[in-house]
Amino acid sequence: MSDSNVRTATIAVLVENEAGILARVVGLFSGRGYNIEILTVAPVDEEKRLSRITVVTTGTDMVIEQIKAQLDRLVPVHRVNDLSLAGPHLVRELALIKVIGQGDHRVEALRLADAFRARVVDATTESFVFEMTGDAEKIDAFCALMRPLGLAEICRTGAVAIARGTLHMAA
Amino acid sequence: MSAAIASSTATTDQRPGAEVVLRALKEQGVDVIFGYPGGAVLPIYDALFQQNAIRHILVRHEQAAVHAAEGYARSTGKVGVVLVTSGPGATNAVTGLVDALMDSIPVVCLTGQVPTHLIGNDAFQEADTTGITRPATKHNYLVKRSEDLARVVHEAFYVARSGRPGPVVVDLPKDILIKPAPYVEASKIGHRSYRPVMAPDPARIQEAVRLLKRSERPIIYAGGGVINAGPEASRLLAEFVHLTGMPCTNTLMGLGSFPASDPQFLGMLGMHGTYEANLAMYGCDVMLNIGARFDDRITGRLDAFSPNSKKIHADIDPSSINKNVQVDVPIVGDAGQTLAALIECWKQDPTPVAKPAQLDWWKSIDEWRAKKCLAYVQQGPIIKPQHAVKRLFEMTKATGRETFISTEVGQHQMWAAQYFGFDKPNHWMTSGGLGTMGYGLPAAMGVQVAHPDALCIDIAGEASILMNIQEMGTLAQYRLPVKVFILNNEYMGMVRQWQELLHGSRYSESYSEALPDFVKLADAFHAKGLRATTADQLDDVIREMLAHPGPVIADICVAKDENCFPMIPSGAAHNEMIMGPDQEKNARSVTDEGMVLV
Ligand SMILES: Cc1ncc(C[n+]2csc(CCOP(=O)(O)OP(=O)(O)O)c2C)c(N)n1
Ligand SMILES: [Mg+2]
Repeated sequence: MSDSNVRTATIAVLVENEAGILARVVGLFSGRGYNIEILTVAPVDEEKRLSRITVVTTGTDMVIEQIKAQLDRLVPVHRVNDLSLAGPHLVRELALIKVIGQGDHRVEALRLADAFRARVVDATTESFVFEMTGDAEKIDAFCALMRPLGLAEICRTGAVAIARGTLHMAA
Repeated sequence: MSAAIASSTATTDQRPGAEVVLRALKEQGVDVIFGYPGGAVLPIYDALFQQNAIRHILVRHEQAAVHAAEGYARSTGKVGVVLVTSGPGATNAVTGLVDALMDSIPVVCLTGQVPTHLIGNDAFQEADTTGITRPATKHNYLVKRSEDLARVVHEAFYVARSGRPGPVVVDLPKDILIKPAPYVEASKIGHRSYRPVMAPDPARIQEAVRLLKRSERPIIYAGGGVINAGPEASRLLAEFVHLTGMPCTNTLMGLGSFPASDPQFLGMLGMHGTYEANLAMYGCDVMLNIGARFDDRITGRLDAFSPNSKKIHADIDPSSINKNVQVDVPIVGDAGQTLAALIECWKQDPTPVAKPAQLDWWKSIDEWRAKKCLAYVQQGPIIKPQHAVKRLFEMTKATGRETFISTEVGQHQMWAAQYFGFDKPNHWMTSGGLGTMGYGLPAAMGVQVAHPDALCIDIAGEASILMNIQEMGTLAQYRLPVKVFILNNEYMGMVRQWQELLHGSRYSESYSEALPDFVKLADAFHAKGLRATTADQLDDVIREMLAHPGPVIADICVAKDENCFPMIPSGAAHNEMIMGPDQEKNARSVTDEGMVLV
């Protein structure tokens, strides 16, 4: 199949918060040879024992439909929602970025952080840790700018996503 | 701490975990389990010892316990139940679990586990059973808290039999089996997330009916889903096929869902399907697939699969739809409910049926049928395997007894599918999806347990039968009169056939060297051994086998070089069938792409 048919899908999955659920989802992707670009998970409702998984994957429409059907088939899965198809949606991730440097580099790093609305959450005389949220491109761009200024370490949460407007997902 | 738990709960209505498990099984209607003991499950064996409601069949290998449970399930429509110990007991069961997963057979497998406080310590006979069986089951559970025990067992049955059925593992740490646990009734439990759709969408049904009515060259292709939906679904399938006048073909898994003796039946389709079924699939303009999954054995080369047809696909599993083949009308639902809805709608919908065109379609089909693709010549003393199956079919039919057939995997399996006619569902057990050699004998055993007075025959190959031959001991112990009918060609025939076709007749490791004497082997297992080496002995051996009240191994020494035809070579299309040995010689139809396929 030609590459032009390949699209990226951001899929939200509401699941039972139980042992092994993440292994089931990951095993499904590896066992069937699907891509996982990003996968994030956290409990969202302690009382109802629900967790929400966000998966970003790529494939042809047929493959993505298959991925959704396969996810939905897992016994502890409540809902599968393809946010990319459902309409406008927000995607955010959080990054912590450590920059080590001195002199002009420090000044420049701070100036750029300000422009990107990154917050300083830790500082020494030789280092900063910046915290920023945004979509992946924004974080990528910021990291690229930090590279010549002493970028030392990056950690990112991976994306979480939600539909805009009143559309919402419930068990 | 555990002592504190025990004393604080002793006052309420709690029983040891093992008893709670058995009580839940009873409530689920279980009357028999297939199992093998070991340290981790001793509490359950002790509880079994002290009751009579549930019968335990002691197998000789845990893989066989699962196949036996599959045979039981497929012949009764009930959930088959397995009990094995931790570690090697559980790992031995894995092949059976995957087999049940691929063929959508409802099985609940209880596995022992080391006590909760030792999990993760590499304790004796510890294995990560839920980890190992996660992709081998429809779902699995590890019970870590006594209060979850009864609920999980009930849930396991619900998941195993609902929607698209499949195997479910419940891993039971030994301390959970010993500690007191509360009982919960099945009716008190609803599933939070798993609620499969049973009723088809009426709009889709109408779309399907209109397409079918306007069709000039329709075909109905029915699979194991119809059988899984219960005998009523098969009755509705026949009603729909008769109502519409359309031709019907079955997958390997679907055999028996439509009567083989019906004039509208085209036989099995796919790699070793009939000429008429495959050409009708290739040439149709509308196809209704009900309860089948466009498996690669069925479609052949995908881009040449039924190129000019509109496709309607009814399946209870939405992930089966548009997986291999893009369809025009998807219908999610139970096969029985879907067929009932199709019948209703067909009767109401005013769209006229394209009758005259359909008559022409039947003319083409009759021309394909006239090729007699399954014809063979039985001449001289050497027994043709096809002839052996055909005689077995005719002679069992003549007895008028209820007959169940299981098979192993290989050429004999395909000949059984081609030459044994099934007029009813639930009477044919074969390993379709996984193709597990060693399936047939334990499966027949499970069928026989469920149907003590019926004739249960495993049509076997001499290589496959050795993979679970130890179950002859189980037959002897429980006086299960299973008949093992070996088509002994002294080769892993199906492997030899592929080597002939694809690897220049270099028969690498496919000769069945140093075979046992099957007659003596039968004797050693307290069964009757029979042998036919020439065609004139065949009927006598079959007669004697059928008449014998106990288990039998019949060693039928057949032609060693016979191949299974028709055949769609891998990577070929339905209209590129090889019909027989003459065509095989000059068949260059296997492409490089085909070579990599299995
Ligand atoms: C467990 C397992 N191992 C290997 C295979 C591959 N395989 C498929 S058919 C076959 C040969 C079967 O030989 P036999 O039982 O004599 O049947 P025949 O084809 O000769 O009728 C083999 C090895 C398989 N299907 N299952
Ligand atoms: Mg053989």
